[in-house]
Amino acid sequence: MKSLEAVKVEVAKLEDLPFQTGRVVKLNGREIAVFRLSSGEVRAVENRCPHKGGPLAEGIVSGNYVFCPMHDWKINLADGKVQAPDDGCVITYEVDVKEGKVYISM
Amino acid sequence: MNLRKLVLVGNGMAGVRCIEEILKLAPNRFEIAIFGSEPHPNYNRILLSSVLAGDADIRDIVLNDWNWYEQNGIKLHTGQTVTKIDTEKHLVYTDGGIVESYDDLILATGSLPFMLSLPGADKEGVIAFRDIKDCETMIEASRKYKKAIVIGGGLLGLEAARGLLNLSMEVSVVHIFDNLMERQLDPVASKMLQRELEAQGMRFLMEKHSEEILGDRRVTGLRFKDGTVEEADLIIMAVGIKPNVALAKENGIEVNRGIVVNDFLETSVPNVYAVGECAEHRGMVYGLVAPLFEQGQVLAKRICKRETDPYEGSIVYTKLKVSGVDVFSAGEFMDSPDTRAIRVHDEFAGIYKKILVRDNKVVGAVLFGDTSDSTRILQMMKNETNVMEIKRVSVLENPDSAGVSGMAAVAAMSDEEIICGCNGVSKGTIVQAIQEKGLCSVEDIKGCTGASRSCGGCKQLVAQVLESVLGDKAQIAAQKEPICSCTSLSREEVLAEIKEKHLTTVKEVMYVLGWNQEEGCSKCRPALNYYLNMLWPEEHEDERASRFVNERLHANIQKDGTYSVVPRMYGGVTSPSELKRIAEVAEKYQVPMVKVTGGQRIDLLGVKKEDLPKIWAELDMPSGFAYGKALRTVKTCVGSDFCRFGTQNSIQMGIDIEKKFERINTPAKFKMAVSGCPRNCAESGIKDLGVVGIDGGWEIYVGGNGGVHLRAGDLLCKVKTEEEVMEWTGAFMQYYRENANYGERTSYWVERVGLANIQKVLEDPETRRQLNERIDVALSVLKDPWKEIVQNEEVRAVYEELPVLA
Ligand SMILES: Cc1cc2nc3c(=O)[nH]c(=O)nc-3n(C[C@H](O)[C@H](O)[C@H](O)COP(=O)(O)OP(=O)(O)OC[C@H]3O[C@@H](n4cnc5c(N)ncnc54)[C@H](O)[C@@H]3O)c2cc1C
Ligand code: SF4
Ligand code: FES
Repeated sequence: MKSLEAVKVEVAKLEDLPFQTGRVVKLNGREIAVFRLSSGEVRAVENRCPHKGGPLAEGIVSGNYVFCPMHDWKINLADGKVQAPDDGCVITYEVDVKEGKVYISM
Repeated sequence: MNLRKLVLVGNGMAGVRCIEEILKLAPNRFEIAIFGSEPHPNYNRILLSSVLAGDADIRDIVLNDWNWYEQNGIKLHTGQTVTKIDTEKHLVYTDGGIVESYDDLILATGSLPFMLSLPGADKEGVIAFRDIKDCETMIEASRKYKKAIVIGGGLLGLEAARGLLNLSMEVSVVHIFDNLMERQLDPVASKMLQRELEAQGMRFLMEKHSEEILGDRRVTGLRFKDGTVEEADLIIMAVGIKPNVALAKENGIEVNRGIVVNDFLETSVPNVYAVGECAEHRGMVYGLVAPLFEQGQVLAKRICKRETDPYEGSIVYTKLKVSGVDVFSAGEFMDSPDTRAIRVHDEFAGIYKKILVRDNKVVGAVLFGDTSDSTRILQMMKNETNVMEIKRVSVLENPDSAGVSGMAAVAAMSDEEIICGCNGVSKGTIVQAIQEKGLCSVEDIKGCTGASRSCGGCKQLVAQVLESVLGDKAQIAAQKEPICSCTSLSREEVLAEIKEKHLTTVKEVMYVLGWNQEEGCSKCRPALNYYLNMLWPEEHEDERASRFVNERLHANIQKDGTYSVVPRMYGGVTSPSELKRIAEVAEKYQVPMVKVTGGQRIDLLGVKKEDLPKIWAELDMPSGFAYGKALRTVKTCVGSDFCRFGTQNSIQMGIDIEKKFERINTPAKFKMAVSGCPRNCAESGIKDLGVVGIDGGWEIYVGGNGGVHLRAGDLLCKVKTEEEVMEWTGAFMQYYRENANYGERTSYWVERVGLANIQKVLEDPETRRQLNERIDVALSVLKDPWKEIVQNEEVRAVYEELPVLA
């Protein structure tokens, strides 16, 4: 049971997000990296690599993954999981795109 | 000369393979004609799964191209289906009106996919998985639609499902039994497989009986007998195949389930033979290539009137070609009262191995998670080895040491042992080819012997044989290293393809060269972007998304996520007013640290990303490229203008070099220095290129490095004038740009290719001129990135955080 209703926040217009590139938004004191994948889908994860806190928004984006710019950990943007041989995970946020606007659920 | 006329019906894997054998045995005996319903030359049907999974391009799976037919004098009729055989007059007729006479006729019509006769099965979007057309239909559908159902949880169904996942479709696999691949796996392996595939994102609907395909014109879903419905925009039926025998049957050739053949592949009609999936031999019809190739070998000898052993049937074995899942099954796989098993089941490592033994002989095996023993087990089955004579613990080996034990196992193999099951290539054949033809890569061996040409499952073994033969020299072979794990192509091969096919974007390269990761990785993306920039300086548009953060943002990322800014100061020379400006900017933006770098420049450390464009604007100085794989700094000593030892004006030389070559990208960072005399105060001896003034001239050192790989530079040449310093510097840089691997510093590169080789190339004045010409073109299109960003609002926005709008 969810006790709190998720809050949807509009963070960007789709056109503000270049393909395969991350952008940062700060929400409720959290730093979130927002990505538009080449498939057109938008993903949002916390902007902190579980390794040493690298800013994931600056990583190279390939398909559904981002490579951390610090030490090259590979992170799945759909489920937040770090890919082997490394281990760990980042928080992911639900994203909705409606009429060209991007919303994140908190 | 009177040639016999040989006609082949079916331009597929078994038939053409048999023709290849015939050409080897008797190249001048036949005049050959081949008919094929499909519009393509002979291709590797097995690899359709890989095409679907994105690991290969359709062009890559052609086995024999149009040239091959022509070179061998074969008349090829594609897009022609043979509809009638006149066995009296020895004639075949096609639907396109072609008539051809024969002395010998081979039928290799393959099989047809079995289609469930469900209501609605004729709707658009319901297909089989058998040929290139099906494969293209799926790829096409994945662009428009989301949801696919695969009916059939066998080998083919699972490979199709995996491919559709790679095409970003949602995939449900429907299976009537409660075990996947029930014809190859026991329940334990089957459940392990299901779990693994679920983890990869496949959904399974087990024990479901399909009843009706829903939709108007195009399929929209599938209804089951239990009343439930699953939505779908695409349905693949992969429930089995049936031998394609209509042609034989209608023309009086004996047919049972398949076209009946004897041990020499002869049908009931004289001079008519059958081979492949359409043939039935001793009651068996095979649906895998290895047996079909064995049949082809016997038939080839028979037709060429050579002595041959009869074909007595084959042991069947299968591997699932799904990445991340190793599954192997051979012979019997279900325990029975008269078999005993050697079993390993490690649920932690996800490994399961079962070897079934009857009368002390191996009769079958199932391997899951680690299939490195498969060749050895097959061999034991074929040789009927007595298991009492072998060390049974060897199957318990730790898979981590598989590489090592694999080498030992390969070395211990006898020459007759088969390495490539699909193509029946023995170890001896491979060893002989390596030794006699001087082969040094798996690719060469493939081309020469056919080993690993089909399913590719034996690639590792082939590599091990290569290594065991070449020993020390294997290093030569090892040099052919793929640029990253997304491809098997080396830098040289990629560059050659880019040039030949004139590929101009990273995406295009990956697509055309069959990258196994659609968008590559952090290793190949920047490399390809560099190679494209280098090869097509005027044409290729730099791809920001493929640049590492430092080069994308034109500043150095620091460990806390802030950036550092190093403005260009040519030759390390600045002016009071420039210094004032730097100081003011540093104060205004509260730059936490101002530091002089090892390359004589000023570094503003700890800058916030969003401040970068503002700082650049106010500094109004060019970017120092302290972050790029590019010319960094040209360090100088004070030189003849001031120094009492100085013989040459090192400052001016340094400034000239830096002004000329600034902004040029190189495979790795490139540092330079100019010293006025051999005292070398600018440390020119440990730079990628260092210039040292001497009496009446200059020395140029290359390949030096002061970093981890500490290395003194080698003397490249001595020259007299400043112009010559420029000329050699440009030539060396461009030669390095064109020939080093991306990321390879000159210190490694010079060692790898050898100074003497570089000297030999650069000694030729014409070559130097051409290299300089090319680097000049590359330089002519470069602009200062800071200035561009400051002036371009759109790009500048990327440096800012997204404002929260609501
Ligand atoms: C996706 C997929 C994956 C597979 N994976 C594996 C694997 O991993 N390992 C393995 O061992 N096997 C695998 N197979 C099976 C293997 O491809 C077949 O066993 C093999 O191709 C059969 O060879 P063939 O020559 O008998 O038939 P085909 O290769 O099917 O060739 C028959 C050809 O004859 C043509 N033809 C038929 N009738 C006529 C006519 N009347 N006139 C003219 N032309 C005609 C057909 O168009 C067809 O091109 C796979 C099959 C598929 C579809
Ligand atoms: S390298 Fe020679 S010229 Fe330059 S500062 Fe040192 S001593 Fe003087
Ligand atoms: S901080 Fe991300 S990989 Fe080290």
